Amino acid sequence: MRLEIDITGKTFRSTAGGTHEVLAPLKFALQSGEVGVLIGPSGCGKSTMLRIILGLDGDFRGHIARPPQARIGMVFQEPRLLPWRSVEQNVRLAAPDVSEAKLSELFRILELDAHRNHFPGELSLGLARRVALARAFAVEPDLLVLDEPLASLDDALAGRLRDEIATLVASRPMMTLLVTHSLDDAIRLGDRLFFLSPRPARIVQEVPIAVPRAMRSEAELGRIRAELAALQLESQ
Amino acid sequence: MLRLLSFALFLVIWWIAALFVGGAKLPSPPAVLEVMIAEASTGALFLHLGATLARVTLAFVLAMSLGSAIGYLMGRVRLADKLGDPWLILLLNLPALVVIVLAYIWAGLTETAAIAAIAINKLPTAVVTLREGTRALDRSLDEMASVFAMPRWRAFRHVVLPQLAPYIAASARSGLSLVWKIVLVAELLGRPNGVGFEIGVAFQLFDTPRLLAYSLTFAAVVLVIETLLVQPFEARATRWRPRAA
Repeated sequence: MRLEIDITGKTFRSTAGGTHEVLAPLKFALQSGEVGVLIGPSGCGKSTMLRIILGLDGDFRGHIARPPQARIGMVFQEPRLLPWRSVEQNVRLAAPDVSEAKLSELFRILELDAHRNHFPGELSLGLARRVALARAFAVEPDLLVLDEPLASLDDALAGRLRDEIATLVASRPMMTLLVTHSLDDAIRLGDRLFFLSPRPARIVQEVPIAVPRAMRSEAELGRIRAELAALQLESQ
Repeated sequence: MLRLLSFALFLVIWWIAALFVGGAKLPSPPAVLEVMIAEASTGALFLHLGATLARVTLAFVLAMSLGSAIGYLMGRVRLADKLGDPWLILLLNLPALVVIVLAYIWAGLTETAAIAAIAINKLPTAVVTLREGTRALDRSLDEMASVFAMPRWRAFRHVVLPQLAPYIAASARSGLSLVWKIVLVAELLGRPNGVGFEIGVAFQLFDTPRLLAYSLTFAAVVLVIETLLVQPFEARATRWRPRAA
């Protein structure tokens, strides 16, 4: 499976009547088993781009080729759980075909076992984020989209959750698109990094990371970081 | 316990007032109870209560289901809102009496006319409440349902309906009281039975005990419905909310 994004532009009309360009021409593709990372400053249009890719916003110029049968798993910036359904029901409603074994495994990996029957209002943000992750993985997606899934969590928890995401991503081949501010998350999880410019967003630089995710030691990560720093200097 | 105490207080005040005003204008609680028992033993009380209750139920169900559907549509579709709004304002401001009299003139003194007239009176308030509820729906949850490709019905049932439940409960509550008030007027004007008819008779005879016996019994029935049906529904619909301390 392959996701091809070819956006030639997106204009946003504000209530005041003005129009502004949110996205400049953008073109990239993602293969099955690949993790693409979009990194860019706040407000550069990343969320708009995700909405277009997910088919939530049809008002743009260009073309998105997404296999029509592709199942989508999405982790929104806010968890977006149904407050009136329990944790388990929230996951099952999005993924009605999920097997009990698969569900148990997900809850175990994400440490949600004790919270199956809790309502989202009883969870901390970190737990709610994990439920949103469980929901996205339970659908066994062909396309997984993560919109800053680790934002506003403390470093230790973010680190653990990031490792859990890495485990889950490795568990089956899918196209993954991660949006993040954190270079650290990007180089630990990504296969290809797309650096975006401020609004209107365009891809300033595309950086592939050749070393497989599992083999990235701290030393390796340090080397990648240094390389990126050099690239950033060049581009400025 | 507090509810019982408050009810007892009501009885005490009534009794004292009856002593001052005199039995002809305000009969004492035992006098009213006596009439209730007498009417119940002939079966007339149950017949009239039953007739009124059936009308309330039919008109209420009709107005709530139709009103909720129209309100949801108007909340979702801008065109429907634009087209429906003038009608809604007209209906909201049309006096109940006008609707009832017109219905009886056009459709005759029939059951259909009575129930339709009552339903038309309740309909606009249900529409307004549900339209407001629909406008307040969380778009981000709609998006979530759409991304996860939830089938329409499942999304409606699990994403939309729970958000509308408090509005439906509020509308049911105000609707129940509104409908039963209007039912009595419709019965007084053009039905041969029901609590409203009996009150008409009592009015002609200036029979206050009878008037109170019928109206209070029906008020009790409404109280029971509210406690046994509306409140449990509301509690269930909002059980996920953290309780107020």
